[in-house]
Amino acid sequence: MSVDGLSRHSELRAASVSLGAHSVRADGILRLVTGVYLVLLFAYLLLPLIYMIAAAFNMSRFPMLTPWRGFTLQWFAEAWKEARLWHALGRSVLIGGCVVVVSIVLGLGGALLFTRFRPPARSLLYSVLVSPILMPGIVIGLSTAIFWDRTLQLPGFWGLAVLGQSTFISAYCMLIFMARLQRFDVELEEAALDLGASPLQVFRTVTLPYLRPAMYSAAALAFMQSFDNFNTTLFTIGNDETLTIYIAAKLKQGVTPAVNALACAMVATTIVGGVAYELARRREAARVARRVRAVDA
Amino acid sequence: MSSGQRFGTLGLLYVILTCGIWMLLLIVAPAAMMMDFAFRPFLPPTEWGSAADVYTLRNFGTALGDEFNRAIFLKTVWASVVTTGIAFVVCYPISYILARAGRSSWVGIAMIALLVPFWINEVLRSFAWQLLLAHDGFFNQVLVGLRLVSQPVDFFSRNVGVLIGLVYTYILFMIFPMYSAMENLDQNQIEAARDLGAPWWRIHWDVVIPHAKSGLASGCIVTFMLAAGSYAVPQMLGGTRSLWFTQLIYNQFEAINWNMGAAYAMCLVVLCVAFILVMMSLFRVRLRDIAR
Repeated sequence: MSVDGLSRHSELRAASVSLGAHSVRADGILRLVTGVYLVLLFAYLLLPLIYMIAAAFNMSRFPMLTPWRGFTLQWFAEAWKEARLWHALGRSVLIGGCVVVVSIVLGLGGALLFTRFRPPARSLLYSVLVSPILMPGIVIGLSTAIFWDRTLQLPGFWGLAVLGQSTFISAYCMLIFMARLQRFDVELEEAALDLGASPLQVFRTVTLPYLRPAMYSAAALAFMQSFDNFNTTLFTIGNDETLTIYIAAKLKQGVTPAVNALACAMVATTIVGGVAYELARRREAARVARRVRAVDA
Repeated sequence: MSSGQRFGTLGLLYVILTCGIWMLLLIVAPAAMMMDFAFRPFLPPTEWGSAADVYTLRNFGTALGDEFNRAIFLKTVWASVVTTGIAFVVCYPISYILARAGRSSWVGIAMIALLVPFWINEVLRSFAWQLLLAHDGFFNQVLVGLRLVSQPVDFFSRNVGVLIGLVYTYILFMIFPMYSAMENLDQNQIEAARDLGAPWWRIHWDVVIPHAKSGLASGCIVTFMLAAGSYAVPQMLGGTRSLWFTQLIYNQFEAINWNMGAAYAMCLVVLCVAFILVMMSLFRVRLRDIAR
């Protein structure tokens, strides 16, 4: 590219020839360095996971690839038999579901506050509502545990984990909704009002459908964040356990490849979930496009 | 206010109720009570409200004055800064490459490869590195097998394991803000700088970094906060004798000394706020630019 630019100026043409020769070599080196960097980066990212997953299929009693004692699925069977695991998974799903609902309700409230109203002390309010994202999860967990224990004598249980997690996950949802609402044409709402719709009807038939894609993203993000959460849950779950807490406890006791089998199952589930989400998103986009074409015609 | 009236009383009520509950019940009141706890001595329930229950700085004296605790606090600060620095250096090129590649087909595949490690939680991510870095783990088997070292390397004792694990666990929180800030940079600006003869480092220093500064700042802030607040990674990759500041907080929580735990947690909060302020003045950005 530098050759193109320089050669437009005839007085620099001579210089560009030597520069061009130089930059071809420099380009080669740059390409090599970039290639090595990319290979190393993706090896760093993927090698630990591949090793962990592969070790789930080794007959060895330890979660290692070497020595390879033969292919087996026994570790999957062993993980499957654990009643504690199923209880923990149930808790994770329950908490995740509740967090999705709470975070979407609260996050939408926050997003409407900043995009539709002119609240006094706007930047202070904004700082307070996004502050949980910038604070360590451990601090949120501890303060939630202290507050509910001392005000309502509530010890740690799954409901407290919902409250603790929603404190910061609501802020993520708020940011997603705000990003979408900022691109919203408010005249659509005004037109509906002028045509005699009530505010509730306007919200239900104009604003909410516009927000639907953001709702899906917010729900998916909230569930994933909740499901994987460790720090906040650690302080609020009490004697109960979510899947993440269960795995941590299991690893403390001494490991068998059953943990690897569980990790393998989780990665597989998320890949299936991710693909399903992407397909649903595309189908929705195609549906909207069809409807737009129908309206145009 | 007129724009708000479109929602009627019901809409106003919804916004006030949700924001009120969220802000007061979930954020402000728990934070205030934790602060209150941090400044009070640890007492049995019978002595709550008694003459002994007064505000004091003693918990903070123990948290940072005690040599053992202070060493752990400083190590956490230092190691989190190093983690953030390494993550910055590792993530800057890939973010730039992805942002410049635009919509090439391999970008989608690269994105998936970046996301895959984030489909499992940080506990399992640390466990995966434990398998690689252990005394008889994969790396030591390779190193000893190739006769590069005579004895297995102890990765856990000198914070090597923690640093590798922290960078690994939070790398995406650095890449995504960087990438999305670089993505909307007009390619013509880079071409123009290059045509005018700018060397590659000047292009980054004068064009890319000033444009992407809010993304760079928010990547650094979130990475630092997650590293300093991490519990699982140091616990699993930090060896037996090297503690992380979060482990002190959890130990106090388990020991029911919530006053001391709250004081430790306050130190962590102040540390994170200080880091945010440093980053905001370093990159000259506002909070609104960072949290988007």
